Parts: sequence; structure tokens; C-alpha cells
Amino acid sequence: MNKKLNYINEFGVKFSTVNGSGSATANSTILKAIFNMGIPVSGRNIFPSNIQGMPTWYSMRVSEKGYLGRLEKDDILVCLNQKVINNDIKRMNPGGILLVDTEITVPKISKECCVFRMPIDQILNECKVPAYLKTYLANMVYVGILAELINIEVDKIELVLNKHFKNRKNAVEPNMQVVLRSHEWSKNNVNCEKRFKLNPPLISEDRIIVDGNTAAAIGALYGGLQFSAWYPITPATGIAESLNEYIPKLRFDEENSTNTCVIVQAEDELASIGMVVGAGWAGLRSMTATSGPGLCLMAEFLGLAYFAEIPLVVWDVQRVGPSTGLPTRTSQGDLSFAHSLSHGDTNFIILIPANVQECFEFGWKALDIAEKFQTPVIILSDLELGMNEWISRGFEYPDSEIDRGKVIWEDELEEFISKGIKWGRYLDIDKDGIPYRTIPGNMHPKAAYFTRGTGHDEFAHYSEDPGEWERNLNRLRMKYDSAKNSVPVPIVSQEAKDQLGLISYGSSDMAAIEAIDQFTADGIGIDYMRIRAIPFTGTVDEFLTHHEHIFVVECNRDGQMKDILSKQYPKHGEKLISISHINGLSLSAEWIKKEITRHLQDINYGKTKI
Amino acid sequence: MEKPKFRIMENLTRQDYLGRPSTLCKGCGHNSISNMIISACYELGIPPEKFVKFSGIGCSSKSAAYFLKKSFGFNGLHGRMPSIAEGALFADTSLKGIGISGDGDTANIGLSQFKHIARRNVPLVYIVENNGVYGLTKGQFSATAEKGLKLKRQGENPYLPVDIAMEALAANASFVARSFAGDPKQVKELIKAAISHDGTAIIDIVSPCVTFNNQDYSLHSYSWGKGHEAPLHELEFIPPRDEITIDDFERGTLREVTMHDGSVILFKKLERDYDPTNRTEAIRLLEEAIRRNWLITGLLYVDPNTPNIYKMYSMGKEPLNRLPPEKIRPDKDTLKNINRSFR
Repeated sequence: MNKKLNYINEFGVKFSTVNGSGSATANSTILKAIFNMGIPVSGRNIFPSNIQGMPTWYSMRVSEKGYLGRLEKDDILVCLNQKVINNDIKRMNPGGILLVDTEITVPKISKECCVFRMPIDQILNECKVPAYLKTYLANMVYVGILAELINIEVDKIELVLNKHFKNRKNAVEPNMQVVLRSHEWSKNNVNCEKRFKLNPPLISEDRIIVDGNTAAAIGALYGGLQFSAWYPITPATGIAESLNEYIPKLRFDEENSTNTCVIVQAEDELASIGMVVGAGWAGLRSMTATSGPGLCLMAEFLGLAYFAEIPLVVWDVQRVGPSTGLPTRTSQGDLSFAHSLSHGDTNFIILIPANVQECFEFGWKALDIAEKFQTPVIILSDLELGMNEWISRGFEYPDSEIDRGKVIWEDELEEFISKGIKWGRYLDIDKDGIPYRTIPGNMHPKAAYFTRGTGHDEFAHYSEDPGEWERNLNRLRMKYDSAKNSVPVPIVSQEAKDQLGLISYGSSDMAAIEAIDQFTADGIGIDYMRIRAIPFTGTVDEFLTHHEHIFVVECNRDGQMKDILSKQYPKHGEKLISISHINGLSLSAEWIKKEITRHLQDINYGKTKI
Repeated sequence: MEKPKFRIMENLTRQDYLGRPSTLCKGCGHNSISNMIISACYELGIPPEKFVKFSGIGCSSKSAAYFLKKSFGFNGLHGRMPSIAEGALFADTSLKGIGISGDGDTANIGLSQFKHIARRNVPLVYIVENNGVYGLTKGQFSATAEKGLKLKRQGENPYLPVDIAMEALAANASFVARSFAGDPKQVKELIKAAISHDGTAIIDIVSPCVTFNNQDYSLHSYSWGKGHEAPLHELEFIPPRDEITIDDFERGTLREVTMHDGSVILFKKLERDYDPTNRTEAIRLLEEAIRRNWLITGLLYVDPNTPNIYKMYSMGKEPLNRLPPEKIRPDKDTLKNINRSFR
């Protein structure tokens, strides 16, 4: 059993509620109040695909060390849902605290745990809360009690509520009244050893707290996004909604009273990607956001965009598949599919952000990469990252100019012609696989060409010629491979210089780095590489070469990244050990450590070495 | 923005509007329509560089290569022409979009996109070359084929057809016309009117497939069309710069609709006095025509004042795709405010 001595700023709290009861506001208030105290904290919504009445959980982790991975067990459980209490108490650490509504029947529980019954109805009555508000304000009772129990500053709660309710007094006051009353009740009645405590401050003031979807949308707007089309799908909808929110704030041209970015809600994903392909073709920086089922529908269009060489960006905020799957749970299961989407020989540039900072950064960078290589870029985010709020350094302004790639207008085309250089849409003038591109509206009489998904020659004319087909496909491959010099490089920490390596990517990074630290504490050094893009850069090859046993940690059934690595680096294939699983929850450091330990025993690691 | 240094060619001839040689069957209705597109664009005097062509997949969609070779074109995916056009046209709203589709492309695989572009009123001439049959895959029924139609390899069609004009009206299209490839003059005038329309202009043109569906009894054949076409009116398109002389017409037999750009469509009364701005009447008449197998042609419905999609988005005059980087990336200070808002 994991015995912790110090619980100051290191513990987990789970909130079990019923969805549609307004608990999201209460949970987010607690998270943000702690954030405002300057203490590292993270929270995960584990919610049902439903609007009202089903169980929902919020898992909060306070971690002075900054760990963000999911905890398998909780120190404090706040339970307002009779249906789930039997299971939830099994996931409590010994010595934990259970806060439960007086209305709920509590099953037999370990003697080491303290149980406190929250007289929710009584407190609400004392505050004279009208009946129609009781369901919502009931949540504020646990906010107040928890605040007293773990030391959340009440003025920080008020600050967060004011922000949430946009300073509307008639909304903030009733909430605060309940919080204060409950805080008072806790002081007089909760009399256990208060070992789970907050002790501020620890983080610098320039930190922000934001979800990955919002970060992605704002990043794209700083990347000069001009057109977006989308179709509602959990967990990607937040990106489009954020675009709707921030276009008027960031992309309204005051001088001409016009928008410089358009967003259209399409009739389905076929149309949203179709519009984005059309816009990208016509010279607009364009993007869509979807999740697995939507990406499936987009496969045909993405094949066309790959072949006709049209720049665009797709955000896939992954959820659990196959099929409708678990729409409200997280996954890294779309990697194989995204990598070689559509029929025939294709390759897609994949970017994989692991934190909100990177959601912002890849948001603008992807538009540059797409235009530079005239091809779709798929960004694999996930529900974990996209829909939860994370503490981060502030967004950093793009450090490079907008790169429109090889777009030519009338004058540039005229210059080619006057120099005797022949131009064709698919003619590789620079021998780098990337041709020059004209776009509609170019009034030069020689600028127009006919785009098609069928076989074409260098001048975009229809062609079934075997040589031309092969030449073109080989050029596309060369172009794709060259993108490895422009995509984000892996993040490597190689201090251990040991023969053990661990590879992870995306949101699995959170649990992976924590697991590595735990191994370090046990005297086992493991080097780490976080992959951030495909095609792989040279660093990946080096890392594989320099390690004997390499664990590939990811959140899917089949070990998809491991498969892609094995295929690309067959000589290293046998070194790769897949550490992957999927059940709807993100990976935890505890699980990763257990799995890796088992493998280390299998290979007798350490025994022969010492 | 600096104006380009070179000049667009003036004194355009019909030659400037031609496409590449057609590879469709001899006598295909689509070739006749391509010719009328060429004539209409030429007669309107709009430079070919100002047009953008879009098409889906099928014989009809191939034909986009057979006119306006100086225009940008995009031969996309089966049934998905509308979405490509919708995204692309936002790039420069001064461009004129011409979409070519077929009955399979529109009424089978692409019905959804067809209806949604109509309801959004994206300025696009949407021509359906309708022959009731799949040509490139050699003669299968499309959704516009009439019930009971017999085809060589398919037997008898068991299903009721989809009427493209009716679907367009149901989707709140602001311009709905039907024509017949064997009536090139009407086709041409309708295309001109459609190009001037400030919204989605749907023209469903019966365009016989001489190889797979031209039997005398077929509702999509030349002989049926020639024998049964019932024009609602004789129409003439008058560009904004031209004066209207009504001397040629008898008083009281004439209707006119003024388009958004000041051009006028003149409707000369034939057997009935048809009001093309009355949507209810259009639906009633179409319903009657469907029940009686009438090939009514002409402009079934037009509302020149329905706002187009650009009006819903505060689009500027300067083409979006020519905006310089500084206009599409917010400045550094704004990001400070953004960061502050997340604290």
C-alpha cells in the first residue's frame, strides 16, 4: 500500500454527483479557488453521455510536485449519489474522509476512514433557499465544507464565483451565503484529524487555467485562421464554440467592420471537411474540429486533399471507439487511422499536443505546416486534454511569421514567365517536392488550373499515364518525408543514460512522467521521449538506437504507436514493449508502474545487471 | 493592396470561354449545355478569370473541363460539389461560381449537400444535368428515373422518383428553374439569369443520355422532351447596362423581375400567366406537373431579395484570400489580455 507521510498539498478528492444538477459549477469553483491560491491542482470530469440524471464524477488532484496523472484511489470522497456509493468507497485510500449527504445510506466502510454526514437540506433551509434553487445550491454545501476541511480560502471562492456569474450579485450572494454557512457548520462538526491540507503559495502568478479546446481555437486564430466549418460532436464541439466566442474579439476588423475569419456550422462532417477543402484550395487558412466518428466520415475528402495537395487542418479530439463507443471518455485510439487515412497510398502529418500550451502552439503552427507542405495536418488531441481545465504557463505569442508557403499571385507568375520558367500546378520547380500554387481570384490568364482527384500530370491535366502516376506519387512521398524537418521535435529527457527507455505521447505524458519519477525513486533509471509529431524526426531513431528495452505507453488497446514505430524502424522492433490499455479512463502512474514492473521481472532486469 | 502590374485581356472573344475537347458521347445533352454556358458567359462579358467551376463525379461532372478553361475548376467528390464551392467562394466573393452536377450526384448521393447549400443561399449557379441514369458505370437507375422505366441491364425501376425542382423549393432555394437541353435558347437565358442571381440558382436541365436512356418512352429522352416540353414563358435576360425595349411585346403579356445587380428578366406570357415570384404557385404547379408527367420548363421561382450567406457574415469587399498576414494575426497586446482572462 502506498503510504504517504505528508498530505500537505498532495492528495486527491473525488466528487460523485448526478449529472444535470449543477455540480460542474461547484467543482470548477473549487478547482479555480485552489488555483487562485497558487497551488498546483488538476481536475477531470468523468461524465455520462446524457443531460440529466446519470452518475457523474469529478476527480481533483492537488499536487505540489505538479503531477497531473489520474489517481486510482481518492483521499477524500464527496458523495451526493446513492447509486454509486458502494463502488466509490472501494476506491478510497485508508485514512480517507467521506463527506456524504445525510439522505444517503452509507454501507459498511473501513474503520480507518472518517465519515461525516452533511446536513444539506438543513443548511439550505437555514439559508432560506427557495425550493427551485435547492438542487443547484446543494452543491455549494460541499464547497463550503471542503473549504473548511482542506483550507481553501473563502475569498478565493468568492472571487471565482464573481467571475463565473459575471459579478451578478443576485447570483453570487445566495451561493456565498450557503458556502459560508456550510463552512461554519464544518468548523463545529467535522472533528477528525485534518491531514489533507493546502499550504499556499507555490506557483508563479503568470499561470493560466484553461481547457485544451479553448487553447486550440485561440491558437488557430493567432495562426491566421480564415475559415472553419464544423459539425457538433463530443468532445470536439468546444473548439468550434470557442472560435465563435473569440472571432468577434480577435478577428473583427474595426476599420472595415468586417470579420477576417468565417465559421460555418455544416450539415454533417462530410460537408464540414468539404467546405474546409474548398476554402483551403481557394487560399484560405482553414480548419475543422471533430472526433473519431466524424474523422471516419472525412476519410474520403482527406484522401482527395492529400492527392490534390490542399492545405488544411483537422483537430481530432479523440474519444473511445470503435463505433459510437464511449462518447464522453478519453482515448488515443485514432492514431493508426489518422496516420494513413483514406484509400490508396497516403500519409498524413500528425501533431500530438500533450498540454494546453501545445494546443495553442500547434493551433497556429499547424496552419503554417499545412500551407508549407500543401497537405492536410491532423492534430490528435483527446477528451482528457480538450475538455478539462489545466494549469499552464501563459500562451506564448507565435515566434515566427505567418508562412503561406508557395502561393503565387499575378506578379510572381508573370515573373516566372518573363524568366522563361515554365509553371505547372504540380511541376516540381525547386526539386523539393513542393510545387507553386495559384489560387482562385488570380486574374493572370495563365494562372487557372483544373483540380481533380483523378490522375493528373504536372500541369493538372487528366492523365492515366503509368509513368506520370508513379512520378507524382513518389513526389508526394518525398514531400511528406521532408516535413520531418518542420514538425515539432520530440521532448527527450535522457539524464539516466540507462538502457531502459519509455516513449509516450499526448495526454499519456501526464502519467508517464510520474511513473518514471517513481522508478527513479526506487533506483531504476528510465529515459523518456515524448513524441510530438509524425513523420518522425531523427531524434526518434537515435532514442531507439540507444536503448535496449523501450516501453511505449499509450491509451489504446493495440499499442498503435508501438506498431507504427515497429513498422518504420523494423531493426528496433523487438526492443519495443507495448504498455497500453483502454477502458475509458486515462492512464495512471500506478498502472504504468505495475505493468512495467511486471515486464522488468519477465526480462530479469536488475538481477543479472547487479 | 497594390494592384497587379499586368492587365487583364480586353476584347474577349467566344474563343476565350472554350474548354478542352469533350470526351462525352456524341449527341450527349451535356455537350449542348456546356456550349450554352460558354455562350452565356461570353455574352455577359464577364472575364473567364472571374468564374470558378465546381463539379462532383459522373459524366456531368466531367463536363466542367469542357468549358471555361481559363477559369479555376475543382472536380471534387461524388455528391460533394456544394460543400467545396461553399468553402471556396468565401475566399473572394467577387468570383462567380458555376457548379455542375448530375442527377445521381445531386439526387442520390448528394441530396443533403444540395438542399443545404440552397437553404444557405450561397451565390452559386447550380446546374443539374439530369438524364435519369448513371452513365460512367453503364446504365443504372438514378433517383430521378421514373417508376416503371425499363433499362437494359436493370429491368424495371420499382421506385418513385425524386423531383429536383421540388426538393429545391422545399429547401427554400431562392432561384429554381427547369429546362431541357434540346431548348438551348432557354438554357442560355436561364444561365445568364442564374449568374446574375445573388444566391443559389438551381437549374435542373433534362439532358438526355444517348447511350443508356434515350428510348422514346423515357421521360429523359430527346423525343419525349421535344414532344412534351411545355415552357411556362418565353424568357429573356437583359443585363443592367442595356435598355429594355418593350415594343416587341404586346402590352399586358409581359412580366419582369429586377435582379439584385439591376439586370432584368423579362417573361413573355405563353399559355398561362405565370408569376415566378409566387412560391406557393410554383409548388402547386410542380405538383400537378409531376402527377401528369408534364415537362414544364422555365423559371419556376425566383426571389432576388433573399439575403445571401455573405450578408450573414459581415464579409468585406477585399477578398479574404488576399488579406496580408498582419490582418489575420492579432497583435501581441491582445494575447496579454487573453492570458489575463484565464487567471
